[in-house]
Amino acid sequence: MSTEMNIPDAAARAAARPAAVEGFDTEKMSLSMGPSHPSTHGVLRLQMELDGEVLTKCDPVIGYLHRGDEKIAENMTYNQFVPYTDRLDYLAPLANNMAYAIAVERLAKLEVPARCQAIRVITAEMARISAHLLGLGAFGIDTGAWTVFMYAFTEREKLYTLFEELTGARFTTSYARIGGVARDVPEGWTQKVDAFCDQFLPILEEILALLTRNKIFMDRTVGVGVISREDAIAYGLTGPNLRGSGVPMDLRKDKPYSGYEQYDFDIPVGEHGDCYDRYLVRGEEMRQSVRIIKQAIAKFPSGPWYATDARKIFAPPKDKILSSMEELIQNFMIVTEGPQMPAGEVYFEAENPKGALGFFIVSKGGGVPYRLKIRAPSFCNLSILPKVCVGNLVSDVVSILGSLDFVMGECDR
Amino acid sequence: MAVIPVKRAPLTLAERTYLPQIAAGLKTTLKHMFQPKLTMEYPEQRPAIPPGYRGVPTLVMDPHGREKCVSCQLCEFVCPPKAIRIKPGTVPEGSGREHVEKAPQEFDIDMLRCIYCGLCQEVCPEEAIFLQNQFSMTGYSREEMVNNKARLYELGGTLPDQHFKWDKKKAAAEESADGGSAH
Ligand code: SF4
Ligand code: SF4
Repeated sequence: MSTEMNIPDAAARAAARPAAVEGFDTEKMSLSMGPSHPSTHGVLRLQMELDGEVLTKCDPVIGYLHRGDEKIAENMTYNQFVPYTDRLDYLAPLANNMAYAIAVERLAKLEVPARCQAIRVITAEMARISAHLLGLGAFGIDTGAWTVFMYAFTEREKLYTLFEELTGARFTTSYARIGGVARDVPEGWTQKVDAFCDQFLPILEEILALLTRNKIFMDRTVGVGVISREDAIAYGLTGPNLRGSGVPMDLRKDKPYSGYEQYDFDIPVGEHGDCYDRYLVRGEEMRQSVRIIKQAIAKFPSGPWYATDARKIFAPPKDKILSSMEELIQNFMIVTEGPQMPAGEVYFEAENPKGALGFFIVSKGGGVPYRLKIRAPSFCNLSILPKVCVGNLVSDVVSILGSLDFVMGECDR
Repeated sequence: MAVIPVKRAPLTLAERTYLPQIAAGLKTTLKHMFQPKLTMEYPEQRPAIPPGYRGVPTLVMDPHGREKCVSCQLCEFVCPPKAIRIKPGTVPEGSGREHVEKAPQEFDIDMLRCIYCGLCQEVCPEEAIFLQNQFSMTGYSREEMVNNKARLYELGGTLPDQHFKWDKKKAAAEESADGGSAH
């Protein structure tokens, strides 16, 4: 009986192969995957060493999208940096905006009103759904399923229309401001979001049904790219990748911010830590996000949507600026000097779609940060690649990359 | 905290043949085939643009066709990618607006730099700069992509004004001058 029949799995077969005979070594081949390869989701480059089709080494090479965001932040006021946070995880700009704004508000020890918190929660969860939809669709393509991508994008498009109505832009939302948001929600917008949620749930089930029990998809993902619980923690994974390995860590529950403690939702965790578990966790997270959005809309608070008492941080309303000298001067001060912060340090991290996005800010007082460090979840999540890819086939690397669902804008920043 | 482990049941014998998946997949496809089309014939059909959309930044006139910008340069200062360049000038004599004192002599927005963030509109104390509905800017050269003052006003047109700030100021100044001479 041939080895093909004894060991049907190609990777296992390669591993079980008898040791090379002296003088008949197979030659290792090095292969670069990326930076412009469709399944490296952006500009990641994998420097791989192959023995046949099995990886013996895998080095991620990053930095192709480095823009020096942290240095840029030191040269502008806190509000001016908001558009740059859009471009970190550009698949969920609203969540980044919020994380950044909360970090700076923690520095100023500023509480934003309940309505602002609710707006931020709704937009962050919508961003999570849209990011997971893209992750799911791209993962589908990586494993050979086109349709999922198309249906996911249809839903994502609806979300983008809602973002456009709220913020004025589909992609680069720049919605948060220190002490509030750029503008209040338009009339009837929350009802539209609610209607979106209602029609989204059955469609989500339809999309997931195309993959969840699909033999081809399962063959490509079940048991592939297993990350053990210990490894996941040791490599600092966060987000769905960590929860896929069975660690129930979610900052929305563990260190609630922006009023997440008021909402009732569950944390999905995987058992095996393979690509399939990470897929299942993302699917379930979308259902939970819908739950959060619906609760937030049901008790959507009225009242001010920015911190009205923070007169040195949030600019006064436009009609006041146009009619009163005091507010005009206040506006000039906030724009030119920046929102006034006390001296100090703060670290805040939020549960973004890709994991824990952290901002460490050192302030010497005034309106410009002295140092701003960004802890990008995709950067840490990618650090596990050398460990998890070795011993897999090249085609499985594609599945693993898809299941890690990273985004280079934030990894390279 | 409620933690829910995601469920995973082994495939049944029927599912392992892949046949039920093909049937279900075809059913989904057929269903979508007879639903209304979601795509748009773009240049002919245009998407509806919601109010407050952040398109190309433009300069606007007030309903009397007067220039609103006072070249305070706040937008130039705030613009994160430094897309705006303003050369301040004076308001010409005899225009009846001398009390406004300043108006831009040159006002350029480099659309190759602009990131459509809307901060200029947000900070402008005169409501003179607006991001309006146009979203596709193209050109054959770098120079063409810089909108100068004339082009910005052409793109911007006139927007309603609730305040007429400078008219009110002038009226108030005249009133207090009259009141002063009466005493
Ligand atoms: S457009 Fe507005 S902010 Fe810019 S210079 Fe003119 S008045 Fe000032
Ligand atoms: S929209 Fe933003 S980038 Fe463009 S000119 Fe205004 S401030 Fe500058």
